[in-house]
Amino acid sequence: MPEFIATWLNQNDIFNALTVLHYWDGLVTTVQLVFLSLLLGLVMALPLAILRTSKNWLISGPVWLYTYLFRGTPLLIQLYIIYYGIAQIHGIQDTFWWLIFREPFYPALLAFTLNTAAYTTEIIRGSIVATPAGEIEAAKAYGMSWALRLRRIVLPSAARRAVQAYSNEVIFMLHASAIASVVTIVDLTGAARNIYSRFYAPFEAFIAVALLYMALTFLLVYAFRRLESRLLRHQHPAGS
Amino acid sequence: MKKLIVAAGCALAVMAGAVQAKDWKDIRIAFDVPYEPFEYMTPDGELTGFEVDLARAMCEELEANCEFVVQAWDGMIPGLLARKFDAIMSSMSITPERAERVLFSEPYYITPGGWFARENFNTDVTDKEAMKGKVVGVQRGTTMDTFVTNELSGVVTVKRYTTADDMVLDLEGQRLDVVFVDYPVGEQTLLSRDGFKEVGEAVKLGDGVAVAMRKRDKDLAESVNAALRKLKEDGTYDTIMKKYFSYDIKL
Repeated sequence: MPEFIATWLNQNDIFNALTVLHYWDGLVTTVQLVFLSLLLGLVMALPLAILRTSKNWLISGPVWLYTYLFRGTPLLIQLYIIYYGIAQIHGIQDTFWWLIFREPFYPALLAFTLNTAAYTTEIIRGSIVATPAGEIEAAKAYGMSWALRLRRIVLPSAARRAVQAYSNEVIFMLHASAIASVVTIVDLTGAARNIYSRFYAPFEAFIAVALLYMALTFLLVYAFRRLESRLLRHQHPAGS
Repeated sequence: MKKLIVAAGCALAVMAGAVQAKDWKDIRIAFDVPYEPFEYMTPDGELTGFEVDLARAMCEELEANCEFVVQAWDGMIPGLLARKFDAIMSSMSITPERAERVLFSEPYYITPGGWFARENFNTDVTDKEAMKGKVVGVQRGTTMDTFVTNELSGVVTVKRYTTADDMVLDLEGQRLDVVFVDYPVGEQTLLSRDGFKEVGEAVKLGDGVAVAMRKRDKDLAESVNAALRKLKEDGTYDTIMKKYFSYDIKL
């Protein structure tokens, strides 16, 4: 470690074992929250995107309404409505649901999941719709059923087209998760706010947390680059 | 040429010094509203409250032209240091951490922190065994936050809120078992409604509330101290206090 960093670390009274531990807890919470909501969102989005491409308005309409509502309103408002709204439902405190929604983590997880599922649905729908008509026709000529066609032809090629847009959604979700701290969750941002209000040192507290978010983002970018090059390896020049 | 530049530089520095050492005819004072009854807006949008009235009386005493600024609590000290305003009179308790960053006047009032809960809460808040696992709400960065963090961390779960309103909502919605909040705020927002009560003894925290200023503005602090002392002696302070409080907060 360079001398000047060591000296600086010895002189500062903000980054001690306790605050570093506080940041670490925040990091764990952020990663859990973002990872779980993305996972659940993706699981939700796949069938929804398939329904959304249906020509029957009764099937695609409700999905359209859902994505329209959740993409058309700020995530912060959705979080407020779910977090405070659920507590206002008369008598919910006496049901087993309250064991779940008493903690701020689950309302936030629900809001984030519904939000990211709406965006992911539209991303996947877009790439399903963009499947070249010739591929589908060829599959039909082979006598493939709708389900087989979906599994063998449409979804694999849609996944290749969706992965780049989806990597953006993942990074946006990580950054959007910063608002979890407004409902008392101590995520990375919550930890930074606590440390800031204890030491009145906005620069140190928030720059430290910005660096942590940046490190997470770079990890994600790297992972998605690996995934992309794997999915699109048929496009690489031969022998490379 | 070099001498000329140095001379000009010196002249500028002297002038700047003169500007700095102004005798404070214009003072900008920041408040975080609403924090009833210390500072809040009347229905027709006028700033009022105990500290606002005290600030007005103080400015009269100083014969200064005061401008009142509304600033959220989170950005109070940064705003002061960034020269967005010159003084904070927004129930800022004196703490060693804050004193590192700002210059405090003599304290002008002290209120205790009070424990408030729903009607059916029957736990003794001073009994650490009984409090185990309870969820306590505080406002982030207040002396109540510091108290609970230092005394009860590991015993209770502490939830920190930016505004008292959010905290009251969560107490009502049963996410919190008890809140520890500035006594007057609890009295205004909780005791005025059905279903809430005060639990346990109020705790006097810290060294009281004072005007916060930048460390360099020692001349301003001196005049503020003189003015406050005058107001406390000539009865103006008591008149203002009686307008807003049924109990004594004088210090």
